[in-house]
Amino acid sequence: MLFLHAPIAVIFLYAFTTDDAIFSFPPPGLTVDWFRVTLNRADVWQALGLSLRVALVATLVAILLGTLAAAAVYRGKFFGREAISFALVLPIALPGIVSGIALRSAIGIINVPFSFWTIVIGHATFCMVVVFNNVLARFRRTGRSQIEASMDLGGNPFQTFRYVVLPAIATALLAGGMLAFALSFDEIVVTTFTAGQQQTLPIWMFSQLTKPRQRPVTNVVAVFVVALTTIPILLANRLTERTVE
Amino acid sequence: MQATALGARLQRPALHRLGTFIYLRPWLVLALLLGPPLLWMVVIYLGSLASLVVQSFYFLDPFTGQVIRKLTLSTYADLLTPANLEIFQRTALMAAAVSIAAAILAFPWAYYMARYASRRAKAALYLAVLLPLWSSYLVRVYAWRLILAKEGIVTWFLGALHLEGVLDAVLRLPVIGGPSLSVSFLGMFIVFVYVWLPYMILPIQAALERVPKSLLEASGDLGARPGRTFRHVTLPLALPGVLAGSIFTFSLTLGDFVVPYSLGNSSYFIGQAVLSFTGTAFNIPLAAAFTVVPMVIMGFYLIGARELGAFEAL
Repeated sequence: MLFLHAPIAVIFLYAFTTDDAIFSFPPPGLTVDWFRVTLNRADVWQALGLSLRVALVATLVAILLGTLAAAAVYRGKFFGREAISFALVLPIALPGIVSGIALRSAIGIINVPFSFWTIVIGHATFCMVVVFNNVLARFRRTGRSQIEASMDLGGNPFQTFRYVVLPAIATALLAGGMLAFALSFDEIVVTTFTAGQQQTLPIWMFSQLTKPRQRPVTNVVAVFVVALTTIPILLANRLTERTVE
Repeated sequence: MQATALGARLQRPALHRLGTFIYLRPWLVLALLLGPPLLWMVVIYLGSLASLVVQSFYFLDPFTGQVIRKLTLSTYADLLTPANLEIFQRTALMAAAVSIAAAILAFPWAYYMARYASRRAKAALYLAVLLPLWSSYLVRVYAWRLILAKEGIVTWFLGALHLEGVLDAVLRLPVIGGPSLSVSFLGMFIVFVYVWLPYMILPIQAALERVPKSLLEASGDLGARPGRTFRHVTLPLALPGVLAGSIFTFSLTLGDFVVPYSLGNSSYFIGQAVLSFTGTAFNIPLAAAFTVVPMVIMGFYLIGARELGAFEAL
């Protein structure tokens, strides 16, 4: 327990240290000055903006495609149904570097320039499985009877979707979406290969590890990243938990 | 209220007819549902993987620095130099060591979660494991850099206990040591175990949950002491879980470049090598060939794991 969570506490502590060079412990003094410095750093804001936009778009794509795939796997019996789940898991089961370099080499072969969309495509690919799993599990729990009842009462497929299916899977969508968001916001391995010169927040942090400029700023950003990935996960967990009971 | 809404909507015949049209053709529904995600996965992901393999048969012209798009084996010849083989060996050894250590650490935790924890405590523990699995991977690695730094917490803590000598002795060891914990194989090993530990705990816990209580009682009734029951009943049944976890720890360690970059010394790991080939040298064919190696290693690993029943525990 301590082994798993204490390091995060250390980051919090170091965000307030007055020592700006060598990570000495215990910190010689405490200050909130670094938060002010961070707020004035344009490169941090830029990276944060890019990360947020990428995570948002990738999550939306993942929700759309993941839900479609889950619905197909749930209702249909067709050749290769097992293969779908397997293919969706592949991007997170294979080492990230494989997916990363694979996308990189595809980008190289078809000669598209790096852009916002190359990052989004990479992220959406590995985020899809999270939504897929959440929604499929929800479909399996709610069962078919309500959908059939709606059809029997004369609802057309669109109405059935709008009034029966959507309310049933809404929290699963939200939970899956939040996990996907956290996953995307935090991702570095695949992003390194699909971003070119662009800097998402994790890439910015990684570059600070090797060529630091004002180390405590990195600590402040780290605290922020922890908050922005932890909160959606806790929320997602609550959403799925409450509906189980 | 929903019923009246439904009734109101029934007034729209065109939409309704379209709905019926679709509904009567299940294959169309399936195609509409499955088409987009399938297309995405096949074109973008599997297409990329294919391009990766193709790319690895191209080669880089050493004089112009251009990638020559002809299928040859020359990139693979570059791959099999002693220096690169050493990288593969080093990475695979690290991955194996990390997997074993993670299994040893994860087992008691998973055992406690599966056997002793109350429902409430179990939910809390589960969340405690899940959180680091999903979030802030980079931040976690970064935190360890602060902890292991020469002036950092570990040094301070050992200093307070007057044990600096121990640390110095460990760091003076060949291979695993280094100038400080934050630039040594030992430091890397610790961080790898830390970041992948949740991936090991969850499958083991799932496997332990599935061990039927009746088997344990039967073993006890037949006169086996708890230790013996554990060795002959629990452990064999939990083994698929351990293997399933090791698939993750092994695969993740093989492909990681963040930890070696942050805490390693000058000796490369696979991930670092791939990154430097793409980043500075623009030798994408060689980088691609480099990643084919972990793919092959993982392929064999997965086959072996399946033989031993690890897939049922995933």
